[in-house]
Amino acid sequence: MQKRLNKEVLPKLNELGTEIYRQLEGGEFPRIKLPGRTTSNIIFNEELNQFILGDQKAVRSASNIKQIRSLTQLLWVASFAKRLVSEGKSSTLRDLYYHSLNYGIKFREQLESDDTVADLEALMTEPREAFNIFPKERSAIFGDLSIEYTTPETHKGKKANLGSNPDGVMVGLSVAQADFLSCSANKVFVIEKNAVFRRFIEERVYEKFNALLIDTAGQAPRLARLLIRRLNLELGLPVYLLTDADPWGMHIAMVIIRGSANAAHLRELTTSAARWVGLWATDIKRFNLPSFPLTKLDEQRIRLLEWDMRYRDFEWQSELQEFKKTKRRTELESFSAHGLTAIVEKYLPKKLKMIADMS
Amino acid sequence: MSGEKFKSISAADFFYKNKEIAGFDNPVRATYTIMRELVENALDACEQYSILPEVRVKLIDEGNSIYKLKVEDNGIGVPYEQVPYAFAQILFGSKYTLRQSRGIFGLGGKMAILYGQITTHSTVKVMSSTGGFEKYSYELNINIQENRPVIRRKEVGPNPGRWRGTIVQFSFEGDYIRAKPKVVEYFKQTSILLPYANILFVDPDGVLYRFDRITDVMPKPAEEVQPHPHGIDVEGVQRMINASRSSTVLDFMANNFHRVGIATALNFLKSIKIEPQANPKTLQSKELLTLVSRMKEYDEFQPPDAQCLSPIGTDLLKAGIMREFRPEFVAVTQRGASAYSGYPFIVEAAIAYGGNIPITPPDEMSVFRYANKIPLLYDLHSDVAMKVIKKINWQRYRLDLSTMPVAFFIHICATKVPYKTVGKEYIADRPEVEYEIEWALKTCAREVKMHLAKKEKASIVQRRLTVFEKYLPLISRFATELAGVESQPNVEKVLKRLQTHAKEVEQRSTPQAE
Repeated sequence: MQKRLNKEVLPKLNELGTEIYRQLEGGEFPRIKLPGRTTSNIIFNEELNQFILGDQKAVRSASNIKQIRSLTQLLWVASFAKRLVSEGKSSTLRDLYYHSLNYGIKFREQLESDDTVADLEALMTEPREAFNIFPKERSAIFGDLSIEYTTPETHKGKKANLGSNPDGVMVGLSVAQADFLSCSANKVFVIEKNAVFRRFIEERVYEKFNALLIDTAGQAPRLARLLIRRLNLELGLPVYLLTDADPWGMHIAMVIIRGSANAAHLRELTTSAARWVGLWATDIKRFNLPSFPLTKLDEQRIRLLEWDMRYRDFEWQSELQEFKKTKRRTELESFSAHGLTAIVEKYLPKKLKMIADMS
Repeated sequence: MSGEKFKSISAADFFYKNKEIAGFDNPVRATYTIMRELVENALDACEQYSILPEVRVKLIDEGNSIYKLKVEDNGIGVPYEQVPYAFAQILFGSKYTLRQSRGIFGLGGKMAILYGQITTHSTVKVMSSTGGFEKYSYELNINIQENRPVIRRKEVGPNPGRWRGTIVQFSFEGDYIRAKPKVVEYFKQTSILLPYANILFVDPDGVLYRFDRITDVMPKPAEEVQPHPHGIDVEGVQRMINASRSSTVLDFMANNFHRVGIATALNFLKSIKIEPQANPKTLQSKELLTLVSRMKEYDEFQPPDAQCLSPIGTDLLKAGIMREFRPEFVAVTQRGASAYSGYPFIVEAAIAYGGNIPITPPDEMSVFRYANKIPLLYDLHSDVAMKVIKKINWQRYRLDLSTMPVAFFIHICATKVPYKTVGKEYIADRPEVEYEIEWALKTCAREVKMHLAKKEKASIVQRRLTVFEKYLPLISRFATELAGVESQPNVEKVLKRLQTHAKEVEQRSTPQAE
């Protein structure tokens, strides 16, 4: 979506409306088919190195009492998206949920309206961002990267340097879709935690390692994943991922590399060349880090990931086994036990060398 | 035994000494029984002559637990010269014929008056007229030892308005405050069965209970019939012979028994080897005994028929229930006539669902029992109706008595109601009666089940329609917006298809008989 105008979704939306209109005029119950998003239809594709949807189709028919409501909701989301795109406005998932209340479209909770948006994505094979519907933004970028905005109209052609704000610049639609002008960095550090992201800025990691810094604030939002992918593909920058040493942290890295099951209906969000540099389960011993016992939930999660197709590679499996053996986890902040700069001065160089040796 | 003195006691004396057997054991019970007996006499005086009943009852608290009761009816009236016997002599007017009425000998009313006299030493005042030129007032006492009326005062006056009816007024010692729930319940339940009666009751606090007539239709009055040969004892036959003018046993049989003609009588007498031409008055007591015992066993007699009964009928029963409870649904049924021991009886029943019918815990079920139009308010759990209700598997009828608003109504009318006790409280479990009640209730239950099934189906279909009617216009609107055209598509066609479909479903769901 990065380079194209999202006006391209308009004909698709029009087509959907015309088809329903035709069915109604003919005295038929309107019905549509969309790719099924149930677990059984989510398949790992080796070639794309990500999850994709299989051939199963889900039907939304007005003749079925159980489906007519969700069909109506889907059509409302579509007409809402059409208005956003054609008027050049944007909205968030939360905003969309509140809008629905004006239209007699009852979503029981925001989860339901979010899910309907995913249905529209699957039906149109376009991410919601193409319809100007965005999740809550929380990721940020910092570093010497000059961009030129392509959207919105008001900022088109304007230029900015992402190193100008010491808090980092929020990764929104405009940043994610901007043209890259110039970049002095030669790598990207993606960090799970805002506290560590700030530490990296304070410690001038961007200078010392000649890197761009991205803060995902937990699981990476789609726009952040898109930006990471573009930095990797368009600028050829190697991407290094830094997360906590627990099953949740390693999964944040995994989703950036191989995508999530939730977005199996979308392509071009993954960065398969990105490398997870830590914290690994084995780093706890390696760097003598303070650690905590795994919770029950952690252990369940580990058992689940063991069978996940995305984790079948040796390095990932061996980290999972290490968790199972030690039953300990730790966080990026634990390096503070070795002094404020330990993570930057001791850990990073050592891990980067390890990664380089491995490949 | 020689020291013991035997003397006959009068009927009045007997009841005086045994008042508890007729429901006068304590002031609370006595209050209820007295009011009930007087109201029943008033209703009988109307219904047996097809007069739409107007019954007014007033109870006044005179202090010291003394109450004055006044009951007024528009019934047939009591003839001038019979008033003293009708109100102040126990067992007056015994008869050998049978028909359905609330009381058999008018005994209860006189017991009530007797009870009033012995507790308050006062007289009973009666005013009556049969609708002629005169009306007459009496003030009476009962001479208890001699069982004979004592006239304290009597007065005859003109009756210019041609008023007809009877007013009875007397005092008694009672306890209305504690009897009140039963008394009020009695009036309420009576009115359910008598939607053609106007009943008014003013209680000692001045509260007016009023039950208004909603129909002018009355059940046909019961006709008097002779006793059926299966339902008579030796004493009864002896009395009938004494009263009869027949000179042969054959004539006596053919003239005095229900559903017995010359041919039947001849066949019967032949089969028991009694000479048909014999004079009944000269029969030996051994022969009489044979006659009566063989009569009970002989099964060639026609069964008793129901002309002597006055069932309320399904329409009236339904009307009464509707007025009192406004139920969502009521199933009513009347069984054909049946008989036990030579006494014909008919069972009528109803099951009402919803409306003002309460949901009750299992041990306080809403069961309304009537015998010959008298509500039975005591001892529900000893009654045959309760036995039947407990026996039936209600789940088969999709009824859950503990969670659903269901009420049962059972009316048995008979020339002789098989009460278990003298106090008209509950009905014995005669197998014939039990069988009729069971099938009456099952017939009603089937209807209720069909109603519930229909209702459920209809509500599902309706709910579906509502959903479609809500969402289809929205779909049409959003599709129009998406397609970017001006006018909305016509959804009527699709809606019409739905409505047709709904009708089909409803027809398909019209329940079949089991």
